[in-house]
Amino acid sequence: MRMPDTSEVLLQVEGVSLAFGGVKALRDVSLDIRKGEIRAIIGPNGAGKTSMLNVINGFYHPNRGAITFKGRTRAQMQPFEASRGGIARTFQNVALFKGMSALDNIMAGRTLKMRRGLLWQMLRYGPALAEEIEHRHRVEEIIDFLEIEAIRKVPVARLPYGLQKRVELGRALAMEPDLLLLDEPMAGMNLEEKKDMSRFIIDVNDHYGTTIALIEHDMAVVMDLSHRVVVLDHGVKIADGTPDEVKNNQAVIEAYLGVAH
Amino acid sequence: MLYREAGQFKTTYAEDMAIFPIRQDRMALAILLGIAFIGVPLLADFDIWPFGSDYLLRAILLPFLILALAAIGVNILVGYCGQISLGSGAFMAIGAYSAYKLGTGVHIPLAWLDFAISIPPLPVLLSILLGGLAAAVVGILFGIPSLRIKGLYLAVATLAAQFFFDWVFLRVSWFTNYAPSGSVSAPTLDFFGLNVGTPIERYMLCLIFVTVFAVLAKNLVRGNLGRQWMAIRDMDIAAELIGIRPLYAKLTAFAVSSFIIGVAGALWAFVYLGSWEPLAFSIERSLQLLFMVIIGGLGSIMGSFIGAAFILILPIMLNLLPTQLGVPLSTETITHLEFIIFGSLICYLLIKEPHGFARLISIGKEKLRLWPFPY
Repeated sequence: MRMPDTSEVLLQVEGVSLAFGGVKALRDVSLDIRKGEIRAIIGPNGAGKTSMLNVINGFYHPNRGAITFKGRTRAQMQPFEASRGGIARTFQNVALFKGMSALDNIMAGRTLKMRRGLLWQMLRYGPALAEEIEHRHRVEEIIDFLEIEAIRKVPVARLPYGLQKRVELGRALAMEPDLLLLDEPMAGMNLEEKKDMSRFIIDVNDHYGTTIALIEHDMAVVMDLSHRVVVLDHGVKIADGTPDEVKNNQAVIEAYLGVAH
Repeated sequence: MLYREAGQFKTTYAEDMAIFPIRQDRMALAILLGIAFIGVPLLADFDIWPFGSDYLLRAILLPFLILALAAIGVNILVGYCGQISLGSGAFMAIGAYSAYKLGTGVHIPLAWLDFAISIPPLPVLLSILLGGLAAAVVGILFGIPSLRIKGLYLAVATLAAQFFFDWVFLRVSWFTNYAPSGSVSAPTLDFFGLNVGTPIERYMLCLIFVTVFAVLAKNLVRGNLGRQWMAIRDMDIAAELIGIRPLYAKLTAFAVSSFIIGVAGALWAFVYLGSWEPLAFSIERSLQLLFMVIIGGLGSIMGSFIGAAFILILPIMLNLLPTQLGVPLSTETITHLEFIIFGSLICYLLIKEPHGFARLISIGKEKLRLWPFPY
């Protein structure tokens, strides 16, 4: 597997705390994501992994701390601003647009790239049609890449779970993101599907150079895929480093296996 | 000829993205348009049954076309963008009264400024379109709450629009040009010097409006904006995270939907009714339109037409059938029977296929492609 060629930091999270009433989801967490790497965020259930992703893409606003993305520091932003800045994500429970076909779902991911206004779209002629076709070309490349040609016209509600996850990845890729957040991309999949998904993740990172942050519970996958791993437990960062470093970290072992009192 | 797409290869994305990618569908549509645009006028011209009297044109086809247009508008908002609205009747009224005011001349006395705004009567076509525009502006205003409230609560908010405008057009006599009875009459229908008067002319006028708006609406819903609307409908959080602004998506849906409904309202008043009272656009109209969309198929332009046909034409057929067959029944019994049969038909349909006629047809097509094999 290719190692990231730069140590340039794409995203820096500094001292972020997030509380829901009395529940402290994140406590003073700092982490960095370097350009071009696959960064895993792991931890036991309720560790604050998904909260971390939600903070990064503006869905939750942290109580304290700051986030620097592409050199711009901010305390909070709106989700559509995050997407405009180049952050895409998939969800733990598939969040596709159920009434639309796989193709339309992925086309929807290109919303930000499409420029023609309401009147042009209404006429669907000239520049508007050309734009639609141009983006269709890009989307077909993604469909090709994810090997979902056969299901492009099928309403996603009818697709099996594994394929839905793939379409969701396609929708995120259609945004041509600089940072791709994957929330448990392999949850509930069988071995074959996990292998496919791992291959896609590595390929995305390899071919497009997309920086990826992923949450995953399958340790074998995490250790194989990621360049660096950060471990959260009860909202606190307990370890950060290469897969090997993390694997042998005493705090991590205790968090996962428990410790005798 | 079988319904097969074998051998129909698409070599460009433009072909693949056509509204009817299958040749047989295109031919069916061409035949339908041929009948509507050429067949009906020809038959009417030669006074051939069933066009011997004006009844079919005046009482069935005209309201069908106009309400189908309104249903398209409702479908954009409710079916595509998922924002339930009970105020469609009000938006029809806004379209109708704005067009009326513009068509008869607007005079706004501003006494405290010693000044009055006067606009001379505008051409009919312009006032109809501007009536739609007025409805769109009001639609945006009443769409703003949708950013905060959803589902049934939004329905109640749009209900407020319905009752508010019912009241406005009944009580503010400026809108009715101070007519003592509250009833107003449409200006003469002159289009570029052509007077539209006879039923067949009115039919052609509405047909042109409906065809143009149906094509434009279809283009919108299969384009980027339509995908944004459906994304908001299906999963608003995910939509936001891929860069769709809920504000823009929802308000454009309200604007486009209200514009179409407003134009339909203006046509309803000008072309179908001729003279009307605010009662013509009551809550019952809103509900009727909503039922059309639900039964025809949420999120389908074709469904709007089928729904309009079902809601409008079936009761008339049910009403006429006993007399045609010579069954001796009193008019009262027939009316009761009509309600009973029509009501149970709706229940049956919605139980069998909650997604309406449009879904039934697409399932039928899928089966037909494989016929005689089950899969």
